[in-house]
Amino acid sequence: MTDLSTILLRMLEHLGYTGLAVGVSALIALPLGLLIGHTGRGTWTIGVANALRALPSLGLMTLLVLFIGAGIVPPITALVLLAIPPILANTAAGVAHADPATVDAARAMGMTERQVLIQVELPIALPLIVGGFRAATLQVVATATIAAFVNLGGLGRFIFDGLALYDYGRVLVGAALVAGVALALDGVLALVSRAVAPGRHPRRRATA
Amino acid sequence: MSWMLTNGGMFTELLGEHTVLSLLPTVIGLLLAVPLGAMLRGLPRARTIAVVVAGIVFTIPSLALFVVIPGLIGTRILDPVNVVLALSMYSLALLVRSVLDALDAVPGDVRDAARAMGYAPLRRIVAVDLPVAVPVLVPALRVVAVTNVSLVSVGAVIGIGGLGSLFTAGYQRSYPDQIFAGIIGTVVLALLLDRLIALAGWSLTRWRRTAGAAA
Repeated sequence: MTDLSTILLRMLEHLGYTGLAVGVSALIALPLGLLIGHTGRGTWTIGVANALRALPSLGLMTLLVLFIGAGIVPPITALVLLAIPPILANTAAGVAHADPATVDAARAMGMTERQVLIQVELPIALPLIVGGFRAATLQVVATATIAAFVNLGGLGRFIFDGLALYDYGRVLVGAALVAGVALALDGVLALVSRAVAPGRHPRRRATA
Repeated sequence: MSWMLTNGGMFTELLGEHTVLSLLPTVIGLLLAVPLGAMLRGLPRARTIAVVVAGIVFTIPSLALFVVIPGLIGTRILDPVNVVLALSMYSLALLVRSVLDALDAVPGDVRDAARAMGYAPLRRIVAVDLPVAVPVLVPALRVVAVTNVSLVSVGAVIGIGGLGSLFTAGYQRSYPDQIFAGIIGTVVLALLLDRLIALAGWSLTRWRRTAGAAA
């Protein structure tokens, strides 16, 4: 049955998958995005990453299970590929759009390129970077549901078990929990993005 | 590849299903978002509420919405109506914000010029504001279409048709070829819709190029 300890366990599993996937994506996309934004080189990488958005997570996950076997790697890989594009695109755009006058001033003060990137461009880009993380987390937390389809845990368990047992109540519990976790995480990240925003009205820039 | 060649008929059928399930909500969302956005621009308080509600709708995971809607409107859980309704809500939620942003981006002097030329408010919105807003709206529409294609494929786990059913079937039969065909189909469909919308936006904004200066 869906007792409280089971719910708690599934929720922790779900958050675990989400954290792991977003963490691995950050390790890849954050340095890459900083580098692309700072040097202006390799922007084609962002195009490739954006094309990745069209790759269906469910297809990728099931294919990986057939090739390398069940376990945590197939769903996490699919989720990582889902989270990379928004983090990469926002990080690169944030750094690239840092005010050139500010960046030049930092150089004129004798900062090295590394210092310019870490101490000037990164803080300026922070609101956009947090925005990228927010978008990525939202997608990952929603899609982590499908991990249960390849016999793993997470909140998708309730939905798939409920469907298999014709227990619509259980399906609804699962759906409500996923929605609740997504809304709560988004709320937390909204607070973070408010904390890093420079003024009351964070500048919004459209990325072409 | 061999699966796609020997099952061309089934593949085409699923592709068609997938196209309808992802394109219909995109169109419904756009048709609702444009008048709604135009209306909300004049109502600051309603606008704030609408933007917050849109944010909440967009945060609810699609799979959750797919399975909750039948309980709310009394459809069967496998009814394609659930998917179309859920995705229309997402599309509307995303597009209404973009319509507002797009209309905000219409330069004040353009609006004033239209008013000075005697354009009534409704005519001004349709004939001046919306065409000027197209360049801001098109990228959002592309995102919505591509997102819908990918969300329809996730719906396969609860038995909704479309190319995603190749993932579930291929997985259950341990048949990678079938999954592969589904991946190719969804990626090609997503990229194709993306290009088509970009092209439509390009042809709708010819004035940008003939006028010389980019807005």
